Amino acid sequence: MWSLILRRLAVAVPTLFLVMVFVFILQRMLPGDPLLVMAGEERDPAVLETLRKLYGFDRPVPVQFFIWLREVASGNFGSSLRTGAPVTELIAQTLPVTIQLAVASLLIALAIGIPTGVLAAVKKGTWLDYVANAISLSGLSIPNFWLGIILILFVSVNLRWLPASGFVSVFDDPLEAFRTTIMPAFVLGSGLAATLMRHTRSAMLEVLRLDYVRTARAKGLLESKVILKHALRNALVPIVTLSTLLFGQLLAGAVLTEQVFTIPGFGKLIVDAVFNRDYGVVQGVVLCTAIAFILMNLVADVLYIVINPRLRTA
Amino acid sequence: MPTLARLTRGWPALAVVALFALPASAAELRIGLQEDPDILDPHEARTFVGRIVFNALCDKLIDTDEKLEFVPRLATSWTVSDGGKTLTFKLREGVKFHDGTPFDAAAVKANMDRAKELKTSRRKSEVKSVASVEVVDPLTVAFKLSEPDAPLLAQLSDRAGMMLSPASFDKPVGPKPICSGPYKFVERVQNDRIVLERFADHWEKDKYHFDKVTFRTIPDSTVRLANLRSGQLDMLERLAASDVKAAKADKALKVDSVVGLGYQGITVNINNGARADTPLGKDKRVRQALSLAIDREALVQVVFEGLFEPTAQPFPSSSPYYDKSFPVPKRDVAKAKALLKEAGVEKFSFEMQVANAPVDQQVAQVIQAMAGEVGFDIKLRSSEFATMLNAQTAGDFQSTRVGWSGRVDPDGNLHQFVTTGGGINDTKYSNPAVDKELNASRIVYDVPARKAHFDAAGRILRDELPIIYLYLPAWIWASSAKVEGFVPNPDGMIRLANVKLK
Amino acid sequence: MTAVSPIGISTAGAEALAQRRNRALAKFLANPSALFGTVLVLTFVVLAVFASWIAPYEPNKTNFLMLRKAPSAMHWLGTDEIGRDILSRLIHGGIASLYAGVVSVFIALFVGMPIGLVAGWFGGWLDALISRATDALLAVPFLILAIAFAAALGPSLTNAMIAIGLSQVPIFVRLTRGQVLAVKTEDFVEGARAVGVPNSLILLRHITPNIFAPLVVQATLTVATAIIAEASLSFLGLGQQPPAASWGSMLNTAKNYMDSAPWMSISPGIAIMLVVLGFNLLGDGLRDALDPREQ
Repeated sequence: MWSLILRRLAVAVPTLFLVMVFVFILQRMLPGDPLLVMAGEERDPAVLETLRKLYGFDRPVPVQFFIWLREVASGNFGSSLRTGAPVTELIAQTLPVTIQLAVASLLIALAIGIPTGVLAAVKKGTWLDYVANAISLSGLSIPNFWLGIILILFVSVNLRWLPASGFVSVFDDPLEAFRTTIMPAFVLGSGLAATLMRHTRSAMLEVLRLDYVRTARAKGLLESKVILKHALRNALVPIVTLSTLLFGQLLAGAVLTEQVFTIPGFGKLIVDAVFNRDYGVVQGVVLCTAIAFILMNLVADVLYIVINPRLRTA
Repeated sequence: MPTLARLTRGWPALAVVALFALPASAAELRIGLQEDPDILDPHEARTFVGRIVFNALCDKLIDTDEKLEFVPRLATSWTVSDGGKTLTFKLREGVKFHDGTPFDAAAVKANMDRAKELKTSRRKSEVKSVASVEVVDPLTVAFKLSEPDAPLLAQLSDRAGMMLSPASFDKPVGPKPICSGPYKFVERVQNDRIVLERFADHWEKDKYHFDKVTFRTIPDSTVRLANLRSGQLDMLERLAASDVKAAKADKALKVDSVVGLGYQGITVNINNGARADTPLGKDKRVRQALSLAIDREALVQVVFEGLFEPTAQPFPSSSPYYDKSFPVPKRDVAKAKALLKEAGVEKFSFEMQVANAPVDQQVAQVIQAMAGEVGFDIKLRSSEFATMLNAQTAGDFQSTRVGWSGRVDPDGNLHQFVTTGGGINDTKYSNPAVDKELNASRIVYDVPARKAHFDAAGRILRDELPIIYLYLPAWIWASSAKVEGFVPNPDGMIRLANVKLK
Repeated sequence: MTAVSPIGISTAGAEALAQRRNRALAKFLANPSALFGTVLVLTFVVLAVFASWIAPYEPNKTNFLMLRKAPSAMHWLGTDEIGRDILSRLIHGGIASLYAGVVSVFIALFVGMPIGLVAGWFGGWLDALISRATDALLAVPFLILAIAFAAALGPSLTNAMIAIGLSQVPIFVRLTRGQVLAVKTEDFVEGARAVGVPNSLILLRHITPNIFAPLVVQATLTVATAIIAEASLSFLGLGQQPPAASWGSMLNTAKNYMDSAPWMSISPGIAIMLVVLGFNLLGDGLRDALDPREQ
């Protein structure tokens, strides 16, 4: 297993290098001079010139790339062109926000997805199964940002039950945190719940066919006990792995949800940075996302091997 | 819809939770902003929204009141001498910065030097005329100007006149600004909030009633309003015109509005590169036809519920420089068609750049529809604001639907846009007569005499129309009915003196 | 096919393929939800193709006396911020969504598949390079990639399609590569290789037809993602530009009037949901029908 982890980490290095190349090329392709944005309404040419020199934008692009590479290698991820805040500080501020949102979404997704999946599998072919399937496919088909708008419209604007935006950390004020996080977490988790439900259903169906479940049934055990104790436990193996992978997707899915609910997280940070042409932030944050993503994949692989010993020799 | 069905099951529980929503302590004021401010260093800052924060955080030498007249702040009085080339300020006694160091003439000099010399200063052009600053005595400071500069006082009533503690200059100012304002900096979470707290040693502390002031960034007007209604905010700036009706219908809320200092219009490429070579850029009759094709009153009604002010001038009607002899022109389709015919282009297509924000696009589509009835076929080219300005500066545009946030001094709304070689004259319009009038307006301090110059330039510009002015946006604030003492000011700022929560 | 095939092996492969196809079709037709998905998609296609005839009003016709009117007998879904009929814009907006969904997936497929074929077939350093590049692109969240591409190209529907397509290339590279690796060791491929059939011909005649099924399934499901992605980009102002309509751009404007004109927000979202649901059902049906394990 350790050799696998080492091998995967070795592969991650060139991958990250390529991520850096892509990000750099892509943002240099963005139209609109970032300095023009920064120079303010007056766009004083002298100020523009000074800024260009100061941030090294007067140098050739490959040189700029290698300067960035050197900085990153020495642990300096740069700083925001717009506010001067260091990228690491911005990440430290925004990452916990997105993680709270993602964890809450994952919990909601698990809470909805697994029971409905089990139910659909057990009642395969009945109307319950069809309804569960229909709901889950609809959940997959609803655009997140629209669901967010609709919830804000009904729950916040019309009924005024929950705040329409913002973020409160669960460590500062659990109640307010619940009130601000529940809606976006539901929006983000709904698609995920659908995916989980579908996977739980098929995993359960597979397990229910297996011998030991039949044996358990034949022994006259209570059906609920058979399902929960024997079938679900085994069906959960692939689902756990899947959840780890989906966690990465959640971070990505947070992009629009955070935009709609004005949550100062990772996704909003990066979208705002792209729109403000804040190169420093775009570079730094995409790189960190990629690192996180690669790590999550590694964790998923390792988990899979831990849970599934047959694969350990692979 | 299945998801809603799934949702409603949780309602009763949520409603119970909602009952426990905590009201903020009476000593805190929470203000919703439309954008996230940029760097919090008055010498480097460049956004409108940042100035709102600065008004609570930093004191300036002088200020403008709601009638746009100068009033004392850190400077108690000022005199112009030496043929307009010396500006002398008497300073307030006993003022301290947030770090406890005293404010004096030396501090003013240090700040002005920084505004002029800091590499990344955005104030350089604003204080260009200040040749040197002399400390006369600890409470008297003299600005020596290279030439008379009428707009300078207005600059000093804004960011250029904000005073930072010189002791803070050796570290980056933006992350932790140290000023002398009624509230001092506590923390900032980018894209989310800026928190300030009461400065106990402020010279005017009796007028400021909050222990804590929090600025929250919430881009959508409707969402800002929802937050105000649910008690997450006490006040918000720039309520969208379309939300005003809903806010006014709510007894727990108050709406204030005032027409601002900025304008919105169409900037036409007159002479900036090859793309200026269109009938629109080359023939003033075509531009006149376009101006006549637009029903400014209807435009403002359709998009802004009639709350903004239709105009054909760059200054608001409340300004002493507004030309009352020139009312807002009425739409005249027949005359517009006749002008087009005269110019030999009865059917004519041109491109208009427009920012990809919904309200901008709405305005552009209304213009498109109105101009279409006269014979213009307007092709809209949407781009992000940054890209749009880039294209405009580079001459890659035929016309742009754009505006200007506005300055207290009329010079800021006009000179740099239409004079030859002006810093943001992207139309590359050039007319020696206009240059002469507007340059002359800069060196006279007397208002009627200055107005004569602006009027003369205005007459030429209304005929040649490098910029077709359409309307003046109004600033709209909404607040909880408990908020008292707020005075709307045409500059769109929020000044917290005497503001209280009942 | 036999004209170029030097030996009978591939012909046998082709026959099996044809047989499999018939069985798959029968299975697909027997699946009610797949049929429902097909009907949904076809309905939207018909609405889009005949939009000009079906829509009650001209989609860009403004009426300043009918601003933000609630649904009524005259305007079934109400009017928008400059007095246009929402139903008509919805019908015309479907063109943008379908077009964006399908074209972007074609871009992704036709860029991604050849790259994946090359990587899977030739292996070696080329495969390593392509795989790392694919990993790198997959490590950046899809939507962020699409936003960056769309911003780089400038806001327009065409550019949004290209941006979405390019962002989906890595999915197809990876899928194709995996399929090639699986098929590569099959007898009929080994056989063709043994008798010296050129690489390009093997890829074209033997590999491609045999890996096409999973790619089609993936493509159908990706259309669903792409439609949502187009709506998302338009929602951020990076897609369809005014005065032309798209569901995403309608929502972008509508969110400003959430309070005063909620109907502006509701119908475009439902339209997106239905068409995406259609493609998801269709894709699921295709997967079930084409899945060799279930035969």
